[in-house]
Amino acid sequence: MQLVLEKRAERSGTIALVSPLIAIGLTIVTMVILFAILGKNPLLALHAYFIAPLTDGYSLQEIAVKATPLVMIAIGLSLCYLANAWNIGAEGQFLIGAVAGSWIAVKTQGTDAGAWVLPAMLVLAAAAGALYALIPAICKVKFGASEILTSLMLVYVADLFLDYLVRGPWRDPHGFNFPTTAEFDPVATVPLLIEGGRLHLGSTIALLVVAAAAILLGRTIKGFEIRVVGAAPRAARFGGFNANQLIILTFAVSGALAGLAGIIEVAGPVGHLQPGISPGYGFTAIIVAFLGRLNPLGILVAGLFLALTFIGGEQAQIAMKIPLDVTKVFQGILLFYVLACDSLILYRFKLVFPNRKVVARGAG
Amino acid sequence: MELVEAIILAVLAASTPLLIAATGELVAERSGVLNLGVEGMMIVGAACGFAGAWLTGSIFIGALFGIVAGTLMSLVFALMALGLAVNQVATGLALTILGVGLSGLIGAGFVGERITPAVQLVIPGLTNVPLIGRVLFGENGFVYFSIALIVAVWWFLYRTRAGLILRACGDNHASAHALGYPVLRIRTLAVMFGGACAGLAGAYLPLAYTPFFIPGMTAGRGWIALALVVFSSWRPGRLVVGAYLFGAVTILQLHAQGWGVGIPSQFMSALPYLATVIVLVLLSRARTGGSTAPAALGTVFVPDR
Repeated sequence: MQLVLEKRAERSGTIALVSPLIAIGLTIVTMVILFAILGKNPLLALHAYFIAPLTDGYSLQEIAVKATPLVMIAIGLSLCYLANAWNIGAEGQFLIGAVAGSWIAVKTQGTDAGAWVLPAMLVLAAAAGALYALIPAICKVKFGASEILTSLMLVYVADLFLDYLVRGPWRDPHGFNFPTTAEFDPVATVPLLIEGGRLHLGSTIALLVVAAAAILLGRTIKGFEIRVVGAAPRAARFGGFNANQLIILTFAVSGALAGLAGIIEVAGPVGHLQPGISPGYGFTAIIVAFLGRLNPLGILVAGLFLALTFIGGEQAQIAMKIPLDVTKVFQGILLFYVLACDSLILYRFKLVFPNRKVVARGAG
Repeated sequence: MELVEAIILAVLAASTPLLIAATGELVAERSGVLNLGVEGMMIVGAACGFAGAWLTGSIFIGALFGIVAGTLMSLVFALMALGLAVNQVATGLALTILGVGLSGLIGAGFVGERITPAVQLVIPGLTNVPLIGRVLFGENGFVYFSIALIVAVWWFLYRTRAGLILRACGDNHASAHALGYPVLRIRTLAVMFGGACAGLAGAYLPLAYTPFFIPGMTAGRGWIALALVVFSSWRPGRLVVGAYLFGAVTILQLHAQGWGVGIPSQFMSALPYLATVIVLVLLSRARTGGSTAPAALGTVFVPDR
């Protein structure tokens, strides 16, 4: 028996819509098996993961808070991936943005600096993220160095740099030697949307980013160029589109968004700079981008879903002692199924038995 | 003199996992498959290798566990990237994300446990020779194996018919297919070899480098192995040079930290990663005349029937 792929005459629109749902379904089936292996009641575990976080207001806000960086980073990454530029170092750009924005917060601490502080932090963080992303982009365009490897290497560098700052020059002198800066002043903090709640202004910014990306991709020439360069590089060359320029542009935009997400996380939910500010947002955002089919609205939904798994994972750990790593396994398996189901858009799966006629047909 | 010997020993110890993982990836890439999941396969190999050694008390069985784990991971990749024609970059990333989670899950029960690390060779008379004695005759089995492995791979790729066919698949899969070679089957085998090597390289870390398991202990070595393959221009000889150079950079920064050089330790720790970026840039620049990469590297192949 052999699995054979048969190219479809044209991409299947129906499958493009339902494939993320099939992928989620398959992932949940796999998770049930995994929970059973771990000796946990699969139904209770699924409830803790996917239902319980949706039942109280605090968790709902927390989902939006977690989805904010995921969506912002994933929107930027989707532009890169559409243009066939492989930025996988968003985690590093996130950290550098957090560091750059925190610089202003740390330097103005305890002074009577006014309302300009937070906007300045946001702008500087976006600029720093963009510059940091430009390193791999320029290495790619000028020297042909693999942007996949260089952008990934810079994640480790950014992580160590942040570690140095909070253990060295920026450490809170009253912080009992913990590697953290002092709590940011109110003018350096992202305001809350609901008094006493968790939801903050960053979520609004994320929604604006989604809207901007939808307009860019759907309504502008630049967005069209990005899509053509990725989907049909030869046609793009005939059209006179400059692929190198688009690599630079998409990397800069995704770096800026990741940097912005970084400072919003630090000046919002966290409140100070410290190591471990990201539970891998930059990598999870890759999954969000693909699960959302590289489409802005899809990414919004996918970001909320992945945020749900973060919160659900924490609740499952508390309630059922399910290890947190299960969440990572879940995310990895989900990405596999998403990619496998995407293959159905372009191909038909056929099972072929040697010396016999075609017996079974995959989803047609 | 003793310091020189200690440094050489340390460099060999740090280079060996890079060399083993990169050797496997070199074969996979020579067949035309870019598997970015080396880090994921390595970290699962580390967790399973430690589990195997802890449960059985045998380093050898631990290493086998690592090899099997890496191979199983690579089969998932092969099924996706070769069987279902999914984008290889995305599949490799997925494999790494999955691997990090799985290794945490598998290794959770073993954090804090210790094992007796792999024994080093002792040949009376030879191992005691100053300076070169321990370097040549006092290593653990992994080090000797890694050198035998790269020699065997060189011989296979350049001196056997099967190696020629494998390289043909990597340079032009359509022609190889037209000549009647089973491109996808050959690539699957190459990917599995890469997975076995990555698993072994991962297992080396808790079995011979440090006698315990820490989550995330591969610390980007899988990615550096990928960069080494680029560094080597896909040639086994240069791969050896590259692996030992990178091992040397790692050890250099550790020693510099030990000597109390007035540079913050984090900057020294960043050196291997920065060196990777710089080397990639310099090498890619030197080769503007024409790429030495396998021509079909990373491209999807769906055989027509």
